[in-house]
Amino acid sequence: MARDPVPSKRSRFWPGVAAMTALACIAMPASAQDLLIRNATVHTASARGSLENADVLVRGGLIQAVGAALPVPAGVPVVEAGGRPLTPALFGGITEIGIEEVSGEQSTVDSTLQIGQQPLRPEFDVTLAYNPASVLVPVARVEGIGFTALGAHTGGGFVAGQGGVVRLDGSADPIGPRALYLRLGSAAAELTGQSRAAQWMLLQQMVDEARGRVGVDSPHALLTPAGRRTLAGYLAGKGRIIVEVDRASDIRQLLRWAAREKVKIAIAGGAEAWQLAAELARADVPVFVDSLANLPTTFDQIGATLENAARLHAAGVNVSFAQSGDASHNARKVRQLAGNAVAHGLPWADGLAGLTRVPAQAMGVGDRIGSIEPGKLADLVLWEGDPLDVAHYAEQVWLGGRSLPMRSRQTELRDRYLAPADDQPRAYSR
Amino acid sequence: MHNLLRAGIGLALLSLAAAPATGASRFVQDPYPSTYQPRGSAPVLIHNATVLTGTGERLDDADVLLRDGKVVQVGHALQAGDDVRRVDARGRWVTPGLIDVHSHLGVYPSPGVGAHSDGNEMTAPVTANVWAEHSVWPQDPGFAEALAGGVTSMQVLPGSANLVGGRGVVLKNVPTTTYQAMKFPGAPWGMKMACGENPKRVYGGKGTAPATRMGNVAGYRAAFIDASEYIARNTSTPPKRKRWFGSDKEDSAGDSGGKRDLKLDTLAGAIQGDIRVHIHCYRADEMATMLDLAHEFGFKVAAFHHGVEAYKLADRLAAEGVCGALWADWWGFKMEAFDGIQENIALVDRPANSCAIVHSDSPEGIQRLNQEAAKAIAAARRANLPAIAPERAITWMTANAARALGIEQQTGTLEAGKNADVVVWNGNPFSSYALADQVFIDGYPYFDRTTAAGKPVSDFRLGQEVH
Repeated sequence: MARDPVPSKRSRFWPGVAAMTALACIAMPASAQDLLIRNATVHTASARGSLENADVLVRGGLIQAVGAALPVPAGVPVVEAGGRPLTPALFGGITEIGIEEVSGEQSTVDSTLQIGQQPLRPEFDVTLAYNPASVLVPVARVEGIGFTALGAHTGGGFVAGQGGVVRLDGSADPIGPRALYLRLGSAAAELTGQSRAAQWMLLQQMVDEARGRVGVDSPHALLTPAGRRTLAGYLAGKGRIIVEVDRASDIRQLLRWAAREKVKIAIAGGAEAWQLAAELARADVPVFVDSLANLPTTFDQIGATLENAARLHAAGVNVSFAQSGDASHNARKVRQLAGNAVAHGLPWADGLAGLTRVPAQAMGVGDRIGSIEPGKLADLVLWEGDPLDVAHYAEQVWLGGRSLPMRSRQTELRDRYLAPADDQPRAYSR
Repeated sequence: MHNLLRAGIGLALLSLAAAPATGASRFVQDPYPSTYQPRGSAPVLIHNATVLTGTGERLDDADVLLRDGKVVQVGHALQAGDDVRRVDARGRWVTPGLIDVHSHLGVYPSPGVGAHSDGNEMTAPVTANVWAEHSVWPQDPGFAEALAGGVTSMQVLPGSANLVGGRGVVLKNVPTTTYQAMKFPGAPWGMKMACGENPKRVYGGKGTAPATRMGNVAGYRAAFIDASEYIARNTSTPPKRKRWFGSDKEDSAGDSGGKRDLKLDTLAGAIQGDIRVHIHCYRADEMATMLDLAHEFGFKVAAFHHGVEAYKLADRLAAEGVCGALWADWWGFKMEAFDGIQENIALVDRPANSCAIVHSDSPEGIQRLNQEAAKAIAAARRANLPAIAPERAITWMTANAARALGIEQQTGTLEAGKNADVVVWNGNPFSSYALADQVFIDGYPYFDRTTAAGKPVSDFRLGQEVH
């Protein structure tokens, strides 16, 4: 809890400070979550756009002011940015950070449910397995990544289960609503009787069960009582259903289904989503694009193109990013996805929005993170150069106004082997 | 030769038809020879570019003259006749064509359906007899995308399921109907080996050897013992020196005498240095074991591939003249990749006589080797290592890669007489925003981003968007 940046919780440990905070903001003493970042190029990822030579004032872990030549409250430390870019802490994509340690070692992987008898378990919630002490957390964080959408993976059924947003500040619990993950198309055919047509059959039956149109004692029930309650929540609009799907014809069916059942959806992958860009924009469906996917890797991805993100954006779709490779260990690669989308026509500001505001809003946490605006959590990154270009790196990360050590297991390994060999074995250096 | 004649008339005919390269040993005769022909093209003068030559040099506001498929001259204000096609490269950068030493394009093509899974002969731990080229599907749409990323040559390797996976082949990245027409003339084959988790998982999981890392090493040693015996029985001159494992008895595989054995041909070619040894190996301790193995049997390791722990023994790799073919940032997807760091390439590049290579092992990664290098440059800067200049970093995917593949006399640098394998970039290639504008192979413009018909389209892609 000592790492928790939220002032109200901190008050339990520092009642004196909390009392003074409540009395008068002006006289608020500087805390570890106070700072002024001066003279940055502030990419707010908000309606204010990018501000040159701007300052950001952080108090109690929250952004208090953004503007030019802000006065420095007494005792608040100042970070000179020297014109370098400052962005909201980035979205790491849909990952298994903290729910897998080594992908190839089953004992370290908690993202997938494998229950043979009744495999469709929307109530399965991977956030309960989240380990904030995972070495993947600092590895992603030192690259400027401040939050990620934990994703459940399909194992026994095409309904993968639930995930949610975690901030990579060491805190143990997710923020915001849960999301339910589904997979449609050829990748899920094995889980649905070898036909994508069966996916709609099974999905409709689950909806019927959740809506109470199938008796709880029906011998054909797909869902447990808990599964019915969970799915009913999504059908009532409490949280988004994120659907991993690529083929345009499947996306078309999905849009019809979502409109009919009045559910909030998002698309992940969406290799051919650009072919339905107008429909997706009309339905206000955000798309998490793998913007490096341009090959017909499967027959569902025949229309894959590097211009997917740009075409979706041009039609008015909110575009974010998600990888199809090793999204968790290499979450940092999400910057490369955004940069390459920009190289293929996405405006730069929308590339950044796809790593900040858009995913935060899509995941239901846009009121707290994803932009540099007063009242938002001070989840910030100061960059050595263009954050969307892999030629540059994050210099400093703050989460909840707290300066995070720019160290990870990888930098420790690096430093051990960078040091010149001396009399002692390297195993004694740390 | 004596043994070869004894082997029977069919084989003798085969060897006559194969037209072996001059002086090549019988282990590396090629019955599937290259039919690649450079395409005739007008001479080209690329002018006013920032040129990275691949020799460690950078020339600003410089010109590159290509004629008859070769680089003729690199320098300032070059004079050329009226017959040249001029490419105005102001603001643009020019590099040698990129070379990927580790690709599975064609053998694991797109779409990745079961019928296309041709990259791993997972039926025995030593399949030195298989040749990746016999799995290559030239219509893999990935070749064209790699070309758009500036890749002009690549080594296509078998997968890493086996201790010895088979022969890899070096291809020119040109659109053709047959792989022979892509085959890089004069390039030696590679022999793919694999350390660590993959072989022991694949075979141990079936209850057969190897099931452990010690089983892996025993498997390599048995194979090389057989090959050493095979060399002794199939060459008129005895091996350089008598080794402890030599004997006059039947070898363990029962392949003694004149009977030709494809598996032992490849291993023998590797021992004799005619086939380059490329080893998939992650951990530092296992790389050291493989170097000892190489000394034990008298072969040379061309490169360790993946080598996520290469930084732990960078000095030894450089001292032994072994290249490290590496990713910029892959790690953690399995236990032997857990110690990956982003400075790996920079640290392998650091010692004198080093040979750092950026490789892909990925149909996505091969499209942006330049960006992988950019990551490594940035990581080095973040770690306060000496700055890595673009003219240095470009060698990781050009000259060094050519050296590992044994094609450094033909390509990998922009020097007079080299193949005109050239990329014109829209700017500094070490960036997320870098795009190849034009790509030349032996002087022919195989890719041009500025024209609609400037990119090859696989047969597979035809008609897919007709609705």
